[in-house]
Amino acid sequence: MSRRHPFLLLVLARMRELMREPEVVFWVFVFPILLAVGLGVAFRNKPPDEIAVGVVAAAGSDRVVSALPPAGGFRVVTISADEAADRLRLGKVALVVVPGPSYEYRYDPTRPDSVLARLKVHDALERAAGRADPVEVHETLVTEPGARYIDFLIPGLLGMNIMSGGMWGVGFLLVDMRSRRLLKRLVATPMRRADFLGAIMTSRMILVFAEMALLLFFGWLVFHLVIQGSLWTITLLAVLGAFVFSGLGLLVACRTAKIETASGLMNLVMLPMFVCSGIFFSPDRFPAAVQPLVKALPLTALNDALRATILEGATLPSQSGRILLMLAWGLVSFAVALKIFRWN
Amino acid sequence: MDIAIRCRDLRKVYEGKPPVEALRGLDLEVRAGECFGILGPNGAGKTTTVEILEGILQASGGEVEVLGLRWGRSDRALRERIGVSLQETRLADKLTVEETLDLFGSFYEKGRSALEVMAEVGLTEKRSAWVVKLSGGQRQRLAVACALIGNPDLLFLDEPTTGLDPQSRRQIWDIVRDLRRRGRTILLTTHYMDEAERLCDRVAVVDHGRVIALGTPSELIASLKGEHVVEFAVNGNVEPRPLDPQSLLALPSVRSVRSEPGGLLMTVDEPHVAIPALLERLGREGHGLSRLATRHASLEDVFVALTGRRLRDE
Ligand SMILES: Nc1ncnc2c1ncn2[C@@H]1O[C@H](COP(=O)(O)OP(=O)(O)O)[C@@H](O)[C@H]1O
Ligand SMILES: [Mg+2]
Repeated sequence: MSRRHPFLLLVLARMRELMREPEVVFWVFVFPILLAVGLGVAFRNKPPDEIAVGVVAAAGSDRVVSALPPAGGFRVVTISADEAADRLRLGKVALVVVPGPSYEYRYDPTRPDSVLARLKVHDALERAAGRADPVEVHETLVTEPGARYIDFLIPGLLGMNIMSGGMWGVGFLLVDMRSRRLLKRLVATPMRRADFLGAIMTSRMILVFAEMALLLFFGWLVFHLVIQGSLWTITLLAVLGAFVFSGLGLLVACRTAKIETASGLMNLVMLPMFVCSGIFFSPDRFPAAVQPLVKALPLTALNDALRATILEGATLPSQSGRILLMLAWGLVSFAVALKIFRWN
Repeated sequence: MDIAIRCRDLRKVYEGKPPVEALRGLDLEVRAGECFGILGPNGAGKTTTVEILEGILQASGGEVEVLGLRWGRSDRALRERIGVSLQETRLADKLTVEETLDLFGSFYEKGRSALEVMAEVGLTEKRSAWVVKLSGGQRQRLAVACALIGNPDLLFLDEPTTGLDPQSRRQIWDIVRDLRRRGRTILLTTHYMDEAERLCDRVAVVDHGRVIALGTPSELIASLKGEHVVEFAVNGNVEPRPLDPQSLLALPSVRSVRSEPGGLLMTVDEPHVAIPALLERLGREGHGLSRLATRHASLEDVFVALTGRRLRDE
């Protein structure tokens, strides 16, 4: 048997363990895709709803109905005056038209759809009555990829995955190894500690790389995500993110002996970032007073930088502020964690 | 004679509230090529001692020399030369036996092949099985295999058979005997006196962080007053007056007498002298005998004689 370097075998062991753990495969690869599909479908940009109009059956209602064709986006029902009042109250129609010598519109001016319906119906009726438009208009409709919710979401999901992967993949792993005394057992061999920690980091990087490729490819394939920035820049940001959150994971794990304590600590660290760092909605929604805090979180920096690169094609130098912030988080976490890390 | 381990006045206090004084001046000398046993009840300080010798725990005081080297100065060289099986390590669940051994083997400069070591501990058939799928005995053999993979000069086995079924214990014993035959130095801890008696060339009996007796199993047993044990019980239906245990010391060849739950226990030099005298005495005083058994004294009896307690609290 050819003897291999312990570092390689440690990486190999780590990757094997990960791939043999169904939960890991689910959380790392399947879950973000499910989330993207679910949220992408729920918040897709829909065509405008059709306009529901009730026409009170009376002399001249035929004329009104024919002026409001389905092709114009109208859905018209002809009904009695009583029923029209009911439907308007229940919101089943946006507007009631009472035909007669002069038209009467009944609607609630506080309902946006009713106001829109009044404008559209009035326009259509006037035109049917022979109004001549003094100004000629052409309309060009644009729905650009890049401004949709799914475009906002995918970089956020990538950031979220890098965070939870780093925290669990390093923090939880080490505490688990400590609680089964495996860490102690390894320390009793001539294994170099740098090989060991390096292997954990390396397997994290490999996983982050796979996650990123999968999520971006999926976004491109299914949602026609357009990646504006360079893939190199995106990869570099992802690797930097993996470094930062491995450091935080290591910090959480450095003295914790119990799995439960570690889970608690980990959630405590991650929760503010889940909420504030712009995974699902923009952190700009928070009040100006807390913005400096929100912007100082490493996940905010990562998400902002990923979005700027993926959606706006930002270059690496333009993100240097965010990169420096992340580097600072990573270096400080590592320095502190390695200093106080307990091996046995 | 080469000395593999020497430690003097070893002390260990676990900080805490209250602090625990686990070792209180423990001395030990293990010779090269012997199988040395540390025998003691739970909490005696066996694991603490072994982990200090293995260099994974810091002593609070005392001197330690392992294979002529010292921890803190020659750590890497020492780690290359020792093999360790900790009390209760759970190895990675989802690596196979062979992957685990390859991994551990890669840490050593003169690591052995996994195949060879698997054959030695009888795990060849399980080479592709995940660790989580192994039985308790198989896991323990894998732990021993991980200790052997670096081809160590000195082997530490902390309670290698605790919690195993009799057959698995015997398999581990066979492995240890085989290693000893091939001249390895082994330090093992146990709270099973039969294990110490069977496997060890010399035994240190440890209690409350100190060595309270040291010698070969037979020397320790011989140090008892009386190498044979006679256990008996009398039935009380004819009871002129209760039997006074201390009065039995007057019988020929009897060295000690103790009340036990459900009877009396005497250590004697020569059962063929003591038993007829005992029977004669009981008959004369009108006591009926309801149970009588004799056996060779064991290390358990040594421990009881030294501490008044049993090794394992049943
Ligand atoms: N990490 C620890 N912290 C505090 N006390 C400990 C620790 N480890 C062991 N002890 C105490 O030290 C004493 C000796 O323990 P140990 O060496 O494990 O004994 P043994 O292996 O003989 O059962 C016991 O009283 C035990 O409770
Ligand atoms: Mg112990």
